[in-house]
Amino acid sequence: MRTPDLIRFARDAATGSPLRTFLLVVAMAIGVAAVVVLTALGDGARRYVLNQFSSIGSNLVIVLPGRSQTGGFNPGNAITSTPRDLTVDDAQALRRASAVHRVAPLAVGTSEISVGGKLREVMVAGTTADFIEVRRLTLAQGRFLPLGDWRRGVSEAVIGARIRDEMFGRDEALGQLVRIGDRRFRIVGVLASTGQGLGMNTDELVIIPVALAQAMFNSNTLFRILVEATSRDAIEPAKVQVTEIIRLRHEGEEDVTVITQDAVLATFDRLLGTMTLAVAGIAAISLAVAGILVMNVMLVSVTQRTAEIGLLKALGATGATIRNAFLTEAAMLSVAGALLGFVLGQAGAAIIRQLYPAFPAFPPDWAVLAGLGTALATGILFGVLPARRAARLDPVQSLSRR
Amino acid sequence: MSAPLIALAGIERVFRLGDSEVHALRRLDVCIAAGEYVAVMGPSGSGKSTLLNLLGLLDRPNAGTYRLEGRDVTTLSAEEQARVRSERIGFVFQSFHLVPRLTAAENIALPMILAGIAPAQRAQRVALALRDYGLENRSGHRPDQLSGGQRQRVAIARATVMQPALILADEPTGNLDRATGEEVMRLLEELNQRGVTLMVVTHDTSLGARARRQLLMEDGALQHDRWRSSETAADRCARPT
Repeated sequence: MRTPDLIRFARDAATGSPLRTFLLVVAMAIGVAAVVVLTALGDGARRYVLNQFSSIGSNLVIVLPGRSQTGGFNPGNAITSTPRDLTVDDAQALRRASAVHRVAPLAVGTSEISVGGKLREVMVAGTTADFIEVRRLTLAQGRFLPLGDWRRGVSEAVIGARIRDEMFGRDEALGQLVRIGDRRFRIVGVLASTGQGLGMNTDELVIIPVALAQAMFNSNTLFRILVEATSRDAIEPAKVQVTEIIRLRHEGEEDVTVITQDAVLATFDRLLGTMTLAVAGIAAISLAVAGILVMNVMLVSVTQRTAEIGLLKALGATGATIRNAFLTEAAMLSVAGALLGFVLGQAGAAIIRQLYPAFPAFPPDWAVLAGLGTALATGILFGVLPARRAARLDPVQSLSRR
Repeated sequence: MSAPLIALAGIERVFRLGDSEVHALRRLDVCIAAGEYVAVMGPSGSGKSTLLNLLGLLDRPNAGTYRLEGRDVTTLSAEEQARVRSERIGFVFQSFHLVPRLTAAENIALPMILAGIAPAQRAQRVALALRDYGLENRSGHRPDQLSGGQRQRVAIARATVMQPALILADEPTGNLDRATGEEVMRLLEELNQRGVTLMVVTHDTSLGARARRQLLMEDGALQHDRWRSSETAADRCARPT
């Protein structure tokens, strides 16, 4: 039997019982669509989280006091086991590194802000002028902290959008004097509202010069040093240089942890990637179910078409021809189901994107290919048994069936 | 004289029904020459259909040899037997056995499709067959849109489209009224006159009487081998030794 004839024969056999074919194709389509939509959701969640993290700033290297890794015995440990504090001097030293573009020290504490009889507890971040660039923040009003000596600081503050709303309501905030802790500050800028996001909520933040924050909290340690590398490729050199500079400054002891934003992102990437895989696995079960349905329906079809199979044998069809005809039919139904499911799944993902524009629900290519592949494989695999059964039918008994 | 078309020697066919054995055919020796017109007659259960299935290579005997055109076909593999069926044997069934979803033309083309004949040649032969059997304006109709006589004509066209040497007809008129049955028989006999060997299984005696040779079966054995004319009843079968 020629291949085009085989395909036409299988197609005619499939369209000969439209309801059966329709149900089978729909079952297969639902399986594939489930894979496409669920992986689109999973991968969309991954991208969403990554986007949120990326918005913290790009090419970011973060220095934390203390080591997170366990090290061997160090002579320094014999004298003192507590890590040295990160200081503003450390931060300033990092500016000399070639791979470093900007540095922003960060000292964090909580204090109270009061103006006109209103009092509110706030998170206070002490930093320098470059912070706004490093963290990729935008201002709604006014300006950010002025450049100048890191160890002094003018009594000026930048407040988050929500603080502004709560403390000043409809009044002008810029130029107002507020009391933060026991000091008076002039409001010079208001941050743009960022909405609810991952990481530090800048809407409820008050930013003041780092020297004043340290004085306010009576400490000279830093919470973090945020370092912006000169480029994406410079992140690794920057990490090495930063570690080396701090080590030299801390008498040869590596008592800080340097993490890159990429490392954090990679962790989330892996985590959510695994989740997407798990979801795809769950969806694949529906494909297996569809495969079993293919087998079931094909077996029924063999039974219904027993007389036809007997006739084909009488007309000179070999067992192989009949097996191929049934396999081709199963494969065609699977292909049709897989393609329909692909279209439905993509449409579903598009609808999700339409409804939630912030959520990038694109199915990953690997999932689409795996879904289509699994559909075809299960369809054909589960088509083998019915096809073999058809090929083995005894023509005499088949023909006597009416 | 060349070798006979069909030479059966010592054919046995035993069916096992539970514990008991049913001898459908007992030591059958029959010879049929090319171009003969043979009616196989007998009561139901006499083994007529089993004989026809054996001759059509749809079934295998438990013992004995079957030579078709001088070639022992009982030992052939299933694939080779399928090829012999495809090229040398045409079947006509009582219940027509047309594929319901295919049109008349497609049903006629089916053996050629299975044999892998090129579409152009197929179309030509189908057109010829449709004309020969007066089905030109029925070519696009499906079997449920055809009358019984038309259906059997399609079936005969399908049986002959591969130009077989042997046509096996199992009660070809059984589902037809007398007039259409007559017409179908006439078609089959015309084929026989053109040299095709025709074997008809029937229990209609008047139908069987039309054949030049009648094989009367009873209880799996050949009861009577009767020649209508005075044609030589000499043993045309050179018994294989």
